[in-house]
Amino acid sequence: MSGFFGRLRDGLQRSTQKLGDGLAHVFVRRPLDDSVLDELEELLIGADLGTAVASRVIERFRSTRWGAEVTHAEIRAALAEEVSRVLAPVAVPFSPDPAKRPHVVLVVGVNGSGKTTTIGKMALSFGNVGRKVMMVAGDTFRAAAVEQLQVWGERVGAPVISGPPNTDAAGLAYKGLEDAQKAGADLLLIDTAGRLHNKAALMEELAKIIRVLRKFDPSAPHSVLLVLDATTGQNAVEQVRVFKEMVDVTGLVVTKLDGSARGGVVVALAETYGLPVHAVGVGEKAEDLRAFDAGEFARGLVGETVYERP
Amino acid sequence: MFDSLSGRLTGVFDRLRQRGTLGEADVTEALREVRLAMLDADVALPVVKDFTAKVRERALGAEVLSAISPGQQVAKIVNDVLVEQLGGAGAVPLNLAATAPVPVLMVGLQGSGKTTTSGKIALRLASRERKKVLLASLDTQRPAAQLQLAQLAERAKVASLPIVAGQTPTQIAERAMETGRREGYDVVILDTAGRLSIDAALMDEVRAIRDITRPAETLLVVDAMTGQDAVQTARAFNEAVGVTGIVMTRMDGDSRGGAALSMRQVTGAPIKLTGSGEKLEALEEFHPERIAGRILGLGDIAGLVEKASEHFDEEEAEKLASKMMRGKFDLDDYATQLRQIGKMGSIDNILGMLPGMGKVREQLAGANIDTSILKRQAAIISSMTKAERKTPDIIKASRKKRIAAGSGSTVQEVNKLLKQFDDMSTMMKRMNKLGTKGLMRQGLGALMSKGMGGGAPPGGPGGFGGGNPFGGGRKFR
Repeated sequence: MSGFFGRLRDGLQRSTQKLGDGLAHVFVRRPLDDSVLDELEELLIGADLGTAVASRVIERFRSTRWGAEVTHAEIRAALAEEVSRVLAPVAVPFSPDPAKRPHVVLVVGVNGSGKTTTIGKMALSFGNVGRKVMMVAGDTFRAAAVEQLQVWGERVGAPVISGPPNTDAAGLAYKGLEDAQKAGADLLLIDTAGRLHNKAALMEELAKIIRVLRKFDPSAPHSVLLVLDATTGQNAVEQVRVFKEMVDVTGLVVTKLDGSARGGVVVALAETYGLPVHAVGVGEKAEDLRAFDAGEFARGLVGETVYERP
Repeated sequence: MFDSLSGRLTGVFDRLRQRGTLGEADVTEALREVRLAMLDADVALPVVKDFTAKVRERALGAEVLSAISPGQQVAKIVNDVLVEQLGGAGAVPLNLAATAPVPVLMVGLQGSGKTTTSGKIALRLASRERKKVLLASLDTQRPAAQLQLAQLAERAKVASLPIVAGQTPTQIAERAMETGRREGYDVVILDTAGRLSIDAALMDEVRAIRDITRPAETLLVVDAMTGQDAVQTARAFNEAVGVTGIVMTRMDGDSRGGAALSMRQVTGAPIKLTGSGEKLEALEEFHPERIAGRILGLGDIAGLVEKASEHFDEEEAEKLASKMMRGKFDLDDYATQLRQIGKMGSIDNILGMLPGMGKVREQLAGANIDTSILKRQAAIISSMTKAERKTPDIIKASRKKRIAAGSGSTVQEVNKLLKQFDDMSTMMKRMNKLGTKGLMRQGLGALMSKGMGGGAPPGGPGGFGGGNPFGGGRKFR
């Protein structure tokens, strides 16, 4: 398992190096006073936590730590702990219900967030542990989106249900569920076209997919995953609000965390909605979809470099 | 919480107005609000600091200290500096001044919209500037990316480089330029794989592509929803390949688009184009004054008028306008207008462009209204007789019942429509009285303040009558 932590650490470390450097400058054995707290708040804002959340985190920090003489390693660990406390309740792994055949997962999100890639990675990791996975190429709108998922299907060795361009996505999802049940699949992953949350007609289309799925299985979909790009700023809060309202999102997947973006808006999302964060994407390879770990994420966020090596 | 800078500053400025002059403490207080508003709009922190320093410098000058209304003056300075920092008024066109075939290199993070934007630019150059365009995908990373560009090329009716499996991106780049020369293309658009700014190997690769092709334009494609990371991404790409222009995508979302300012500041490169939809035609020139308003939450009147003029039938609009002027606007005209608004997109989007509508928009978003309401209303009107449409006053209880039955709606809905029409007529009368000048000076608030549900503009009137707030939109021009 050294590969697991190694890759995660590398991914997160790279993504937080900048912030870490900043922190090192801030804390060279100084008393924790207002000016230090101000700089600390700015570092959190720079990590996309947003002004309101950053200020709340710092206020809690102030009440317990004010005036203490601290080294920068201590302060990082303590700040990470503070952030991690917000994130801990939402760190819930994705575990399909084995009683459902199939467990139906609808994957939604704005354009370019990484839905198709996430589905491919999920299919591979569940396929690897012996689950029978099927996929529905429900993005019938974007050019070559179907082919993109089919390539993943070949890699994984999982069937992909698809139709001609501009097929009704709801009808296709229904057929996918029918086929998956017949084939005795464990997991059905349904891809959807990317859509901006402020387009009411497109959001209604998603609601329709769910309505149609329920005609076949009233308990479907069993999970609705919203895929969120870690480079997204404060607009993510609105994204989650609308998707949650329209299609009852059950959990989040945060992608592209291996870049320079730190995904701090996840902290704001945890505070506001408390939706489970199931997984993070920290690379382009299939095995780079990892379970979300609150402590790891928080330490990465503040540039903490002390990772436990297995 | 305040949703816009204007909202935030109202409180601060109200106090400033009472004093008449602007001291350093006042500027500091106002700038704190500016700072928060910009951070909430996703402008990167170092850029915000730089920006507020510039505003402070100018605000503390004599022009403000002697001004009659210092609050307004600060707001104006903020807006002016922002427009300036975004590149000044007007749009910067693509630079294609090079020997044909002119290479255009597209770079950016994964999922920023490079491939779609490549297709849009190809369509634009082919149709508007009559260029012979070749699209070439150098994306060997993402499955089916090359196929995606080929399909987009087909839709845009431009050529795409035949896909040869197993070639490296640099090999494809060479082949693209060679094909471009041999077959006499004017422009070759090179779409590259998405890459993270910290991925040294892939950044080396894109540098090699640039060295081979010597692009006239290297366009960095950026998602308008990008947060603080905009600075790192912009810096990394600029250092690696030298960005000559920026394209902001997903401007049709409801993000405030602060990344535009961050990107522009870090690279110094102009923002040249914006993408605002999934259709290939949805590519527009960038206007700094509009995004400034969006970042500050002040709305985008100019964009609204342009959108309206694109979708409104000129002649129809002219006829409607003159009818409004003469107070002869009837339900038939209202139905015509409903159809035209329907063409412009969702109500939510339209409202987003209006200043001071933030709160109304929030309420509407909660109600989840979309343009299907317009269709229902049009259906109700089409169930009325000619006489009823001309003189809605004659519609009493039994006529209402018949209309409701005929259009598959309820009497309540018919009532609502008639009420809206009534509100709208009132608004038009007021608009005529104010005239264009009054409208510009007092804003839409002047129209909405009385008899429209009694709100308190600016910052959002409490009730939006549901009528058409820009029936006279053409008057803004």
